[in-house]
Amino acid sequence: MSSGTLIRSVRRSVRPLVLVAGVLLALAAPLSLNGFWLQSGLFAMAAAVSAIGLTLLVGRAGQLSLGHAFFVAVGAYGYCYLAGTSSADGVRGLGLPPLLAAFGAVVAAGTAGALFSPISGRLRGIYLGLASLGLVFLGQHILKNAIPLTGGFNGRDAAPLDLFGFSFSDSDPAGFLVLGVPYGQLERLWYVGLVCAALAWWSARNLLRSRPGRALATVRDSEVAAGAMGIDVVRYKAAAFVLSSMYAGLGGVLTALAFGRIVPDSFGLSASVAFLVMIVIGGIGSVGGAVGGAFFVTLLPLVLDHYSGRLPFLSPPGSEGLDAAGLSEFVYGLAIVLVLLFAHGGLAGFLRRAATALRRTPGRDTDRPSDDERAPLRSHTAKEPAS
Amino acid sequence: MNEFLGFLVNGLSLGAIYALIALGFVMIFKATSVMNFAHGSIVLLGAYVVGRTHDEVGFWWAALLGILAAAAAAALVDLIVLRHARGADLGTLAILTIGVDTLLSTELTREMGTAILDAGAPWGTSTVHLGGTSVPLSRLVAALVAVVVVAVLWAVFRFTHWGVRMRAAAEDGTTAALMGIRLGRVAAGAWAIAGVLAALAGVFLTSFPSPGISPAAGVTALAAVPAWVLGGFDSFPGAVVGGLVIGVVTALSAGYQEHLLFLGRDLAQVAPYAVMFLVLLVRPSGLFGSKEFARV
Repeated sequence: MSSGTLIRSVRRSVRPLVLVAGVLLALAAPLSLNGFWLQSGLFAMAAAVSAIGLTLLVGRAGQLSLGHAFFVAVGAYGYCYLAGTSSADGVRGLGLPPLLAAFGAVVAAGTAGALFSPISGRLRGIYLGLASLGLVFLGQHILKNAIPLTGGFNGRDAAPLDLFGFSFSDSDPAGFLVLGVPYGQLERLWYVGLVCAALAWWSARNLLRSRPGRALATVRDSEVAAGAMGIDVVRYKAAAFVLSSMYAGLGGVLTALAFGRIVPDSFGLSASVAFLVMIVIGGIGSVGGAVGGAFFVTLLPLVLDHYSGRLPFLSPPGSEGLDAAGLSEFVYGLAIVLVLLFAHGGLAGFLRRAATALRRTPGRDTDRPSDDERAPLRSHTAKEPAS
Repeated sequence: MNEFLGFLVNGLSLGAIYALIALGFVMIFKATSVMNFAHGSIVLLGAYVVGRTHDEVGFWWAALLGILAAAAAAALVDLIVLRHARGADLGTLAILTIGVDTLLSTELTREMGTAILDAGAPWGTSTVHLGGTSVPLSRLVAALVAVVVVAVLWAVFRFTHWGVRMRAAAEDGTTAALMGIRLGRVAAGAWAIAGVLAALAGVFLTSFPSPGISPAAGVTALAAVPAWVLGGFDSFPGAVVGGLVIGVVTALSAGYQEHLLFLGRDLAQVAPYAVMFLVLLVRPSGLFGSKEFARV
């Protein structure tokens, strides 16, 4: 038995164990994590769901979008509007059951994506990116002005989620204990986040390996070739936008639940850019990469800020020196540049190459990334061997 | 009527500033096929250097320093970062410039802190009465400078060797390289010129009537993106026309704000993008842009 086969058989038996252990850890996390980590984790999971949508759009369908935050906002505000109740200050709500409202919000985000399809179906690459940039500004304008819907500049509250009488808040049932640990709003929402993230991950992985997923890849690589193969290019491009917007909508619902109150500023240009950064760092087109990138980009500023008192090189916000927000901006600006220039395929590409190097045995060196995993916004120059 | 004329003149002069920025976008796009999201930061850098130095060396030297700094920064972005990603996908390049922009604007924001610097231009806050309406002098100077810059650019492209090289490289890079044109130099030169235009725009964008030099100027510079898209991505006349249209639209939607309240407050900030959507719906490659053809 050669060392390569040994490694392979070890990998094969270890893999399910790692998976089970990971799931158990994720399920047990609220038992020991404090409020800060739970909340940060929730934000990261919400971002991960949205980022998966964006990686499908940019990576798989090859449509650059700078307007992802707009669709996240539609999901978040859609949920708040559908589930919320009308209040005295002119903010309206329909008061639907929260679960129905969450579905409605996802559908609303998808509809917004479909409404954008006359533009998204016609434009390509950077042209689409610029048009979607306009969407962010348009979105900000609507969020600040459509006060009955959005509460304007000060935002509006998100109604807590409620499933068959079990409320994902601090009450109803109040004083709920699991293994002696009090389960409040964050602990309960944690599982909602896990379920949504797992669902998003699983459906996206399946889509990438399905017939429509491959059709999208063909549209990305050559619209002419795709058209010649009988793929309805315009329809597929629009569908990709709708689908990615629905992921964004679900991410938005989670964001609204995690924040408890949403304001327009959370859905501006910087949020859109952050989503792009997530998928670039993770490796464009990779679902796992999008999740990893989402955790990195979301947690970095929060963690730096949380521990800024203990990091000697950071100064408090607002002063002359480098504060936590500034440092995380630097880190992720640098990360984009370095990943795009040197680490082809981002985090996912790096791991894949490492795995390939480990696995490589005599007579089995044709181990190249499959079409599903290949980074799509790739260089046309001959830097890389064509696969 | 007078009111309308006033808005129009103001809009045209604001449009001249947008045109300067949009020309920079076109320049960079033609030479290196990059949509430069770091342009806002370069605009800001030019304005910041002017704001920082004008107390010590006087406005004119400060303006020269600002222009040089912005030109150098733009050329360096090309040389250090983008040169290593030549031929990559448009999307990759765009995201790369977003990364550069994040770095640059974070550093500039940190340098500036919360203080709002003044551009210190000699025309200050004075206004000029023109046909019954008043226009800030700075805007008139901006329009004049824009006209001169456009004329100079045109002449450079038309009559100098450098201009011919630049046009050849934009037309067909490979053939130009075979003819002995150094694409690297042409590209860096184009970025530097875009930097010069950005710095000029930055100075006017932050003079009266705007409050001064703050990180927000980088975002204001993004309003030139609709101008660029509107005119077509690779057309110099398009950039000028687009800039003027966006300037006028902005000024009119700000001026008639009270009549347009049903569309929400601060309409002027989104009106450019709304116009951009409309144009893209009808003409996906802008007003003057060259069309992409695909035969199936």
